[in-house]
Amino acid sequence: MTQLTRPALPRVPALRVLEYHLVGYRRTWRAGAFSSFLLPTLTVLGFGVGVGAYIDRGVGGVSYLEWIVGGLLASTALQVAVAESTWPVFGNLQWQKIYFGQRSSPLRVGDIVAGHLAFVLFRVLTSVIAFLLVTGVLGALRSPWAVLTVPVAALLALAVAAPTFAYAASVDSDSWLAMLFRFAVIPMTLFAGVFFPVESLPLGLRWLAYVTPLWHAVDLCRAAVLGVAPYWSVVGHLAYLAAWAAGGWLLARRVFARRLVV
Amino acid sequence: MAQPLIQARGLVKRFGDFTAVDGIDVEVCAGEAFGFLGPNGAGKSSTMRMVGCISPPSAGQLRILGMDPVRDGPAIRARLGVCPQLDNLDPELTVRENLTTYARYFGIPRRVARARAAELLDFVQLSERADSKVEPLSGGMKRRLTIARSLVNEPDIVLLDEPTTGLDPQARHLVWERLFRLKRQGVTLVLTTHYMDEAEQLCDRLVVMDGGRIVAEGSPRALIERHSTREVVELRFAADSQEAFAGKLTGLGERVEVLPDRILVYVPDGDAAVAEVAALGLHPTNVLVRRSSLEDVFLHLTGRTLVD
Amino acid sequence: MVTLVLPRLVDVSAASRRSASVTERNVAALKSVYWLLLVSGFVEPLLYLLSIGVGVGALIGDLTLPGGEVVTYATFVAPAMLASSAMTGALAETTFNFFGKLKYMKLYDGVIATPVQPFEIALGELAWAMLRGSAYSAAFLVVMVAMDLTTPARALAAFPAAVLVGFAFGALGMAISTFMRSWQDFDLMSSAQFVLFLFSGTFVPAEAYPTVLRWLVEATPLYRAVHLIRGLTVGTTDWGWLLDVLYLLVVMAAGLLIASRRMSRLLYK
Repeated sequence: MTQLTRPALPRVPALRVLEYHLVGYRRTWRAGAFSSFLLPTLTVLGFGVGVGAYIDRGVGGVSYLEWIVGGLLASTALQVAVAESTWPVFGNLQWQKIYFGQRSSPLRVGDIVAGHLAFVLFRVLTSVIAFLLVTGVLGALRSPWAVLTVPVAALLALAVAAPTFAYAASVDSDSWLAMLFRFAVIPMTLFAGVFFPVESLPLGLRWLAYVTPLWHAVDLCRAAVLGVAPYWSVVGHLAYLAAWAAGGWLLARRVFARRLVV
Repeated sequence: MAQPLIQARGLVKRFGDFTAVDGIDVEVCAGEAFGFLGPNGAGKSSTMRMVGCISPPSAGQLRILGMDPVRDGPAIRARLGVCPQLDNLDPELTVRENLTTYARYFGIPRRVARARAAELLDFVQLSERADSKVEPLSGGMKRRLTIARSLVNEPDIVLLDEPTTGLDPQARHLVWERLFRLKRQGVTLVLTTHYMDEAEQLCDRLVVMDGGRIVAEGSPRALIERHSTREVVELRFAADSQEAFAGKLTGLGERVEVLPDRILVYVPDGDAAVAEVAALGLHPTNVLVRRSSLEDVFLHLTGRTLVD
Repeated sequence: MVTLVLPRLVDVSAASRRSASVTERNVAALKSVYWLLLVSGFVEPLLYLLSIGVGVGALIGDLTLPGGEVVTYATFVAPAMLASSAMTGALAETTFNFFGKLKYMKLYDGVIATPVQPFEIALGELAWAMLRGSAYSAAFLVVMVAMDLTTPARALAAFPAAVLVGFAFGALGMAISTFMRSWQDFDLMSSAQFVLFLFSGTFVPAEAYPTVLRWLVEATPLYRAVHLIRGLTVGTTDWGWLLDVLYLLVVMAAGLLIASRRMSRLLYK
């Protein structure tokens, strides 16, 4: 009798997975909070204020500090999203085997991926909101439109985290994760318009920058912080980021299914 | 008799307030196979680490190969082979590289190291896995590789800390057989174990340790003679408590021990004792007569209560 | 006299041979992706140079140094990137990798059972970190010369300085690792590393900071490293470099001493 009444799955099973990750986070949040919030703030000071003092003309009519804040916010979202989708995902498959434990419960592969992605989103959002508060206090935000950077950062997070899930679940050595940072995350951060306008890149490289999801988020966030129209169409940016997220999701689910259902 | 290779007098090892080894005297001679027997926490591994010159004694005297382990550590270790309790093989290297790089730590020339690695892999039957990584190896294979690694410098003394713990029966027998061969080649073996069959199989002489002290010493045979009887009768009665029957057995044999599920009677002649039990009008559901083993000595000396 | 000196000489050669065997193990472990990761390590400072030095440099234009020289921003930033990559390279090997070998792989538990002693392990690992770091430094200096950010003669002089910087941070990293409890502690360390990277006179002259902050900055090891290398590649003429060298030598010696002491305590239980 009891077997008939027991539900096969919890309601919104991915939320249970999110809950698992949040419980673990309760123990380790301090170190993480330090690196994902204080470091971007220091970057704002070091570059925006420090280096900015040497850029007399500013950039496009605004001070360097005001110009760089939107970009740093987007790159913070990128860094946190990728960091949370590389070693943790790889570790859950290879070292602690957490996913396999979840898999032997009624949870489906999609629930496991979605739950962990939701946790990544949580990490990104908390970092970005803290960043906004600090830069607001510093007076670096020119427009109230800056609040729109939060949903943009969320979309960017999904756009990079989902494909990174697929990547981290398919590599056989964690050295490949360090390679991802060296050859994708760091170059993107340095050349996709965060520190200087992409227009000053040679044409070929400029197109490479346009292809990265980061540039699209940088353009949107910068426009929101400055209260101006972005360089490119808003709908176009959002659609491009959504395409990365959707493609990444499908890929991640497929790779996870291959790894978890044997 | 020649000078002993290992000589300890009043050897003590303390960790803070805890005394792991509490004043032991040990001598091991060349060509001997010597065993430290004892339950977990008896101080066996601490003793082995001191003999291996990687743990300075807290008090007492220790001479290894005629040298002082604190001052002459490198010179002594150059002539020791160590197989620690937990395999600490290098997971980033292949099976063969584990042996060749280890040989380099002893300053053995590369060419010699390669030749010796090949010989040793053959000796522990791992030649076919030479180029495999360490991780996928089974527990028994890893153990054999660790033993091979301990032989890479052609040591005078090989220290083996629980060489077969956790291995399946086939793997254990293979390890024993290899250790036998080493013994025949004249290598001095010092091992710790809590397997009685292992101690009986391999050791010429052994000490039983408990609570950091030596509680008995001698050859396996001598220990059995001294601390147990020739035979043991195991009686099982169809009742919840064996206690009730034990009272009726007093006076039978040298000693009667009551366990939750059976009664052990230590006697010189098992069959005679069984006849006496029947004469007393007792009808156990199960009777077993067996030779006394080192296990009986061990349990008698160190007690049956779990230590950890 | 001879009998007193000779055994020590023999001992030194044995010790260096044993240290070398520890380095050799790392060469044997070099394979597959890890190798790729290692080789590609030098691209990181190069990317920073191109992005901040050239990209942001275009917004800044020329910079007047406290000594009066006027240089391009890239010329100013390049030696700092060299110094911080020498730091990062050395730390990567002597913290993450060293800690993994010490605590997780239990590699040294096997090594100390041989004649190799803890300080020889420390030296061998440091030598390995230096081989790796020096290769990066050399490659970066070649790029600096190619981009006309320094002269070949100055680059030659800067190379040993970069090696010294690596040694100092390598020894420091090793000492720090022996105090680490878990991987989580490394989050703090890499954060500290990033703070040094941002504020050690790397991107703006330390003279730009308020006085108290400036003193603080000038006491940090990365500032001394940047100051030393910038002096050599750009050519400022004060004698401050002697202080830098002395400082880095002290850091190195202290790091090595603490590391081998701590390792003895951790390993010889």
